[in-house]
Amino acid sequence: MEKKTAPIDRSKHVISIKGLKKSFGDLDVLKGIDLELYQGENLVVLGRSGTGKSVLIKVISGLLKPDDGMVNVLGMEVDKLAPAELQELRLKIGFSFQSSALYDSMTVKENLEFPLVRNSKHLSRKEIDLAIEDVLDGVGLLQTLNQMPSELSGGQRKRIGIARTLIMRPSIMLYDEPTAGLDPITCIDINNLINEVQERYNTSSIIITHDLTCAKSTGDRIMMLLEGRFERQGTFEEVFNTDDERIKTFYNYNFTV
Amino acid sequence: MKRSGKYIVSKRLDKLFLQLSDVYKFIMRFFREVFLPPFEFKEMVRQCYEVGYKSLALITLTGFITGLVFTKQSRPSLAEFGAASWLPSLVAIAIIRALAPLVTALIAAGKVGSNIGAELGSMKVTEQIDAMEVSATNPFKFLVVTRIVATTFMIPILAVYTGLVGMLGSFINVSQNEQTSLSVFIEDAFKSISFLDLFASLFKATVFGFTIGTVGCYQGFNSSKGTEGVGKAANSAVVVSMFLIFIEEILVVQVVNAIR
Repeated sequence: MEKKTAPIDRSKHVISIKGLKKSFGDLDVLKGIDLELYQGENLVVLGRSGTGKSVLIKVISGLLKPDDGMVNVLGMEVDKLAPAELQELRLKIGFSFQSSALYDSMTVKENLEFPLVRNSKHLSRKEIDLAIEDVLDGVGLLQTLNQMPSELSGGQRKRIGIARTLIMRPSIMLYDEPTAGLDPITCIDINNLINEVQERYNTSSIIITHDLTCAKSTGDRIMMLLEGRFERQGTFEEVFNTDDERIKTFYNYNFTV
Repeated sequence: MKRSGKYIVSKRLDKLFLQLSDVYKFIMRFFREVFLPPFEFKEMVRQCYEVGYKSLALITLTGFITGLVFTKQSRPSLAEFGAASWLPSLVAIAIIRALAPLVTALIAAGKVGSNIGAELGSMKVTEQIDAMEVSATNPFKFLVVTRIVATTFMIPILAVYTGLVGMLGSFINVSQNEQTSLSVFIEDAFKSISFLDLFASLFKATVFGFTIGTVGCYQGFNSSKGTEGVGKAANSAVVVSMFLIFIEEILVVQVVNAIR
């Protein structure tokens, strides 16, 4: 599926990060990075494993605290929010985990209604069921409603994971390695789904990946994270049109594999 | 806890103190959150069912055999002094004062504690706890508070049940050998049991239940290193719980004996 040009409002940023630093013990993972995500944009953060890509989105969602720097999401500084304010903000952020993170002990339906029942108490049972059917239909897996996560394939689990975040109608989507561990055909399906989500729900997204096919087919803009810093950014072609050996190696290795 | 690359005391002691501080914070967080809404009643009831009902078969078997075997083994010694009629009394003291809460707690530490440690550990390493947090649900309240409340509430109930089943096992053996009726057995058994014994036994079971829930949740909630961490969490939940249960047993017995 060709990526359609979604309307991007470059005058309005939904995420703004300045001088973000994060270390674990003696290991400096993020060494002062700046990032802006605009309204309606799909931003891909590319980089090798262990370069701090997942750490970046965990800081954005408040799962990790930054050591230094400012992280502003929808006008709020994440690390300065009170727990109740952070909960409110999280309702506007959808987080799709690399492992899908579906609750093993619950059916697909219970997984999907879990955030809705807790955070939208005004909804009736019928409205909840309709919302579940709507998002499941959106990811093309209506038939899995009463299945357990262990009965689903890797691709289906990813889709249900995305559906679970979409049920709260977030304005920002964070995808952590959405195509990791999937076969090439399923990867294409997931890439298409990411673009469909952007179009249908008008979300702004950060897609963390080391998969160049995913980056090319989903990203409006690409930022290359190398050794804890963003080295290049722009369109796919702009990022890889360089003499930087590290980036050329990353490109060549990805496509050789 | 490092200063200029050196440990304050020694690596192992520093680690121990850090862990004790973590446990203290974990327990304080439980007491802070258990009284704050929203209350996860549905999940609490589900956990009570998991802890209580699903342990019944094992508890019944263990309690019955404990009472039966204890009576059988005690008879020859008492009979030697012509005191076989003291059996109901002896068994009641042993079961109510010590065996019922202790056996229940040890069985629950193995069955429930390991289950909690493994379940939460697995949820931690597969990012399910993070997923809960980013979907604006407090995972500590949903997963930890509900489980600790369930074990604290259900272990005393199970201990009472173990006591009853144990006494039944004892009665069957006594009635076969001494042709004692149930009413005489009950009268003899409870002659030497005071309110303090019952209260101390229930108090111990409550403390044991809290310990099993807290240790299981702490180990699971803080597990790491993938599947290896899940195994370690389940194992530590059992070993640490059992160790603490024995320590608590000694402490409570000392206090009760001082009061008596």
